[in-house]
Amino acid sequence: MSRHFVSIEGLSKVYPSKEQDLVVFEGANIGIDKGEFVCIIGHSGCGKSTILNVMAGLETPTTGTMIMDNKEASGPSLDRGVVFQNYSLLPWLTALQNVSFGVKARWPAWNKTKVDAHSSHFLEMVGLSGALHRKPSELSGGMCQRVSIARAFATSPKLLLLDEPFGALDALTRGVIQDELLKIWSETQQTVFMITHDVDEAILLADRVLLMTNGPHARVAESVKINIPRPRNRANIIEDPAYYKIRNYLVNFLVKRSGQLSGSAGQVGGATQEVDPSVEINPQSEQSAALKAVI
Amino acid sequence: MASLNMKATLLSLLLLLVGLGIWEAMNQAPSATAGLSEYELMMGGADQEARVPPPSQVFSHAWDELSDPFYDAGPNDKGIGIQLAYSLYRVLTGYLAAALIAIPLGFVIGMSPLMHKALNPFIQVLRPISPLAWMPLALFIIRDSEGSAIFVIFICSIWPMLINTAFGVANVRTDWIKVARTHELSPLKTAFLVILPAAAPTILTGMRISIGIAWLVIVAAEMLVGGTGIGYYVWNEWNNLDLNSVIFSILMIGIVGMLLDMTLAAVTKLVQYED
Repeated sequence: MSRHFVSIEGLSKVYPSKEQDLVVFEGANIGIDKGEFVCIIGHSGCGKSTILNVMAGLETPTTGTMIMDNKEASGPSLDRGVVFQNYSLLPWLTALQNVSFGVKARWPAWNKTKVDAHSSHFLEMVGLSGALHRKPSELSGGMCQRVSIARAFATSPKLLLLDEPFGALDALTRGVIQDELLKIWSETQQTVFMITHDVDEAILLADRVLLMTNGPHARVAESVKINIPRPRNRANIIEDPAYYKIRNYLVNFLVKRSGQLSGSAGQVGGATQEVDPSVEINPQSEQSAALKAVI
Repeated sequence: MASLNMKATLLSLLLLLVGLGIWEAMNQAPSATAGLSEYELMMGGADQEARVPPPSQVFSHAWDELSDPFYDAGPNDKGIGIQLAYSLYRVLTGYLAAALIAIPLGFVIGMSPLMHKALNPFIQVLRPISPLAWMPLALFIIRDSEGSAIFVIFICSIWPMLINTAFGVANVRTDWIKVARTHELSPLKTAFLVILPAAAPTILTGMRISIGIAWLVIVAAEMLVGGTGIGYYVWNEWNNLDLNSVIFSILMIGIVGMLLDMTLAAVTKLVQYED
């Protein structure tokens, strides 16, 4: 097995109970290369958030380990920045103070001028230079999420974890912030792991999309390569010939195959299948093959 | 168009005038009729019935007292300012001592479910005890009336602060705790940078309740221990049958209590945040 920058091996999470243990997911193997943008898609309850919380060190896995940069990663760390769905800004601090909260934690030796300059630079990158001294209650949801993204990028973590960061935003705002996220990501060469429910968002942002089967006993079934050249933006990405192939493949997985593949005990611990729909001639054949396997 | 505030102020003034008017009208001494005997004049006219002094008398007395609030003419005759200062000193000392213990202890109880379960029975038993019930024991152990009064203030103001701090700390949003954890904050930094500001409005609400209770209790405590203070003053003026002073000091107790509450309300506003 090739060494990835981040590699997660044999991860599982089981909630013990008296009658029958609840296996949320098992046998998850995930590899992420440096600078790679990986999205994970799956239905609610398949344990995406649990995987992310384990990667963030906020939860402990039942089995499995996570190796990052040749070191085992356990417990929360500034090396792994997290953007939560509900922004998680501290409401008594201004936008600038929220970002410098992270910066100060990262570099305790920096003086205030340096911390403030660094923080406002990242707020500028997400287009918030005009709202530095406003509190979260005076900002819209989209602006709050920008502050949260700026806070995460400003600490330059080795791995950035995004837990459905745009889930609570309206479609227009989401589009604008997706573009900003792409811009800041390409400038910082950050390694990103992101949960999303939105297939289009995953195609726009990711290098690879991981597909999870339905829980319980969920697993990471496939790793889909998004073979669309960068820089991408929302306007021109739909003209790419591969776009609809990939999109159909992902939607098909979510609608049909994620359920069919779930709980198929034979597959437990099986390797994640690598797929590149842009060269696949007919995704339907893949589906019928999978169907046969289930039968 | 008068604003709501204007209307409310006008109505307040109207109610005040009506109230004072009724009070004044009901408590007039009967007008001196001709032919009073020398004895009757000496005893205050033909009026043999004791009356509540009317507001005009109370206010003129209040004016005299307030124009020289800090005079000291011996143990039984001190200005209202001195008496209030004694009471405030006792209240603030007991209250601050209670805050110094209640807030850190509340943090511990709020952060540790074990400590919460272990200490809760003691709190539930000790909290409903009337603070004055501690007085005899305090007098016996401390052997000092001043210290005992301060102890009574301490024991009555500790509970709201303790309970509110524990509640505020226990209910800090888990998201904010997660933020602290993912930023590798030490437990001490988490307490000061995240939990304290998050729980501050709840803690301050407890402090505001406490100062109100402390000011209620000090009057009763000083009536018991005597010597100085506004509570002693009220009781002493009652013994002197000086109802002007009694009413005047009742008003002063109300005004100082209101100022204490307003101060705490202003501080609460400083730490309030909008979520």
